[in-house]
Amino acid sequence: MDAGSMNSSSNFKSHSRGPLQEQFIQRKTSRENLDRFIPNRSAMDMGYAQSMLTESRKGKENPAISSPSRDAYQRKLAEALNMNRTRILAFKNKPPAPVDLYPKDFFSSQTQDKPSKPRRHIPQTSERTLDAPDLVDDYYLNLLDWGSANVLAIALGNTVYLWDASTGSTSELETFDDETGPVTSVSWAPDGRHIAIGLNNSEVQLWDSTANKQLRTLRGCHSSRVGSLAWNNNILTTGGMDGCIVNNDVRVRSHIVETYRGHEQEVCGLKWSASGQQLASGGNDNLLHIWDRSVASSQTTTQWLHRLEDHTAAVKALAWCPFQSNLLASGGGGGDRCIKFWNTHTGACLNSVDTGSQVCSLLWNKNERELLSSHGFTQNQLTLWKYPSMVKMGELNGHTSRVLYMAQSPDGCTVASAAGDETLRFWNVFGVPEVAKPAPKAQSEPFAHLNRIR
Amino acid sequence: MASSRTATKDIITLRGSAAIVSEFFGYSANSILYNRGVYPEESFVKVKKYGLPMLLTQDEGLKSFLATLTSQLSEWLESGKLQRVVLVIMSKATNEVLERWNFSIETDSEVVENGVSREKSDKEIMREIQAIMRQIASSITYLPCLDEPCVFDVLAYTDKDVQVPFTWMESDPKLIANPQMVKLHSFDTKIHKVNTLVSYKNDEWDEE
Repeated sequence: MDAGSMNSSSNFKSHSRGPLQEQFIQRKTSRENLDRFIPNRSAMDMGYAQSMLTESRKGKENPAISSPSRDAYQRKLAEALNMNRTRILAFKNKPPAPVDLYPKDFFSSQTQDKPSKPRRHIPQTSERTLDAPDLVDDYYLNLLDWGSANVLAIALGNTVYLWDASTGSTSELETFDDETGPVTSVSWAPDGRHIAIGLNNSEVQLWDSTANKQLRTLRGCHSSRVGSLAWNNNILTTGGMDGCIVNNDVRVRSHIVETYRGHEQEVCGLKWSASGQQLASGGNDNLLHIWDRSVASSQTTTQWLHRLEDHTAAVKALAWCPFQSNLLASGGGGGDRCIKFWNTHTGACLNSVDTGSQVCSLLWNKNERELLSSHGFTQNQLTLWKYPSMVKMGELNGHTSRVLYMAQSPDGCTVASAAGDETLRFWNVFGVPEVAKPAPKAQSEPFAHLNRIR
Repeated sequence: MASSRTATKDIITLRGSAAIVSEFFGYSANSILYNRGVYPEESFVKVKKYGLPMLLTQDEGLKSFLATLTSQLSEWLESGKLQRVVLVIMSKATNEVLERWNFSIETDSEVVENGVSREKSDKEIMREIQAIMRQIASSITYLPCLDEPCVFDVLAYTDKDVQVPFTWMESDPKLIANPQMVKLHSFDTKIHKVNTLVSYKNDEWDEE
């Protein structure tokens, strides 16, 4: 192999320069003075010829030199040089030199930019762990949401609990009976006060969390359980096991405004874009649909804007990019394991990354260009990716079963994750809030964890 | 005939093996040039090969260079005279050799001499190649940054008795002084065994 071949070849030269010259001198005096054309010195079998010539002579003239160790050395040399039976060839025509598409400073300025930004410390362990007994281990449900009033809602079996992140206090919102329950989805309205609860009996209930009071029940949208919910101002969109997606105007009596039919199986992922213009829906039929509000509802059912069939397993994890409109990230289930990026304007798949594991949920960092994904078997980890390079920035371990649900705090810094191991964990993965950043960050980076302890 | 129990697919002839190996060189050269950024990223397109997304250059000059290369390699492989192929990455400015991608080939001489065939499933070979391709793609994590414009060259180590084709010339081995080396996976068609190794210039930073 190449191993130290340069080394040994330079050794070789210094060792053998003497004898080699000697030979040339001798040849002059000898009779067989042949004219030879030497085409290319570097490709010649100098080593081989040398060792062959000297070998025979040494045997006769200087038996002391031809010791076994010297023989071995010679053989090693010949081997290392790989010259004894090889010729090295290269094309006369060289491959075209790459063209510089950008001026050189473009590259250098980019590389210089990076170190100027201090690296954020990403804690690898959860900051806090709460028990979540009876959490339903069902991939198709959505049982965790963090509202704008900093209250976390989680459904455990038939009960919806509220955990106030500001005070750390827990309260029970409601326990449903076995006929209506278990709870199959929870979603906070944008005001952070009202919450929608999807139920196993196909009903959706609206609750006022501050008054602890039920406001209304939406019936007749679905024929089976409601596993996904998404708010768009006063519109509550519900996705059912029946494959239907229904837009409900919660203010009016006949609440069903629009129905989207496109999925053949359970709708398990549902997210409105930040602008409220486009809805992404993922189903157990491996389909991802993009619905556009401007596609008028002239007919009773609306046609999708895009039907994306690239995933090969259920599409549950959906996340709209906060810094680039029309960019959607979607994650596939156990048979797919890919995170895909879409331009929802054109329907083009921009990138696809095989994560090696079921993708249960996705969250974008609001402050940096990063994406967090939660996974199932085998690691049950949370993975933080740099976007768009999709370089892994960190893996957060701790859960011992698939991490089914994730929710982001209103300030965008903390992430709550609920897993099949019946725990709810909090991770400080997205850094410190933007407002608190400026002054202390630059200096105290190495001591950041100390600050956190006090 | 008698060998009906083995699928015809699993039989490998010298010609077929040479085709697999030379195609492998084509794809790995493309992958190396893409991953090491020798040619701009935008000049490559993604295709599916070996069960992986692979990148192929769209640069006409480079495409034809690699096409002639692989067809010549395939010819040598069929005669069993190719010992090694080396893709060398050099600094464009100084011509200093920065990286050597070394594919050494062991040929089953019995097949070449007697024209017998061997058995190995396509699937298995593909899996072995896939492992190498993954390693090539992931090599960027440990190889030193190529932070200057680079060019590449391909060297073929052949038997001494090979006729030098008109378009080729003899070359020096373009070795790297005191290199770091990483051995990658190998694959075997049962006729040609290909060992892959990358050697690269020692990072000066380590010494300090």
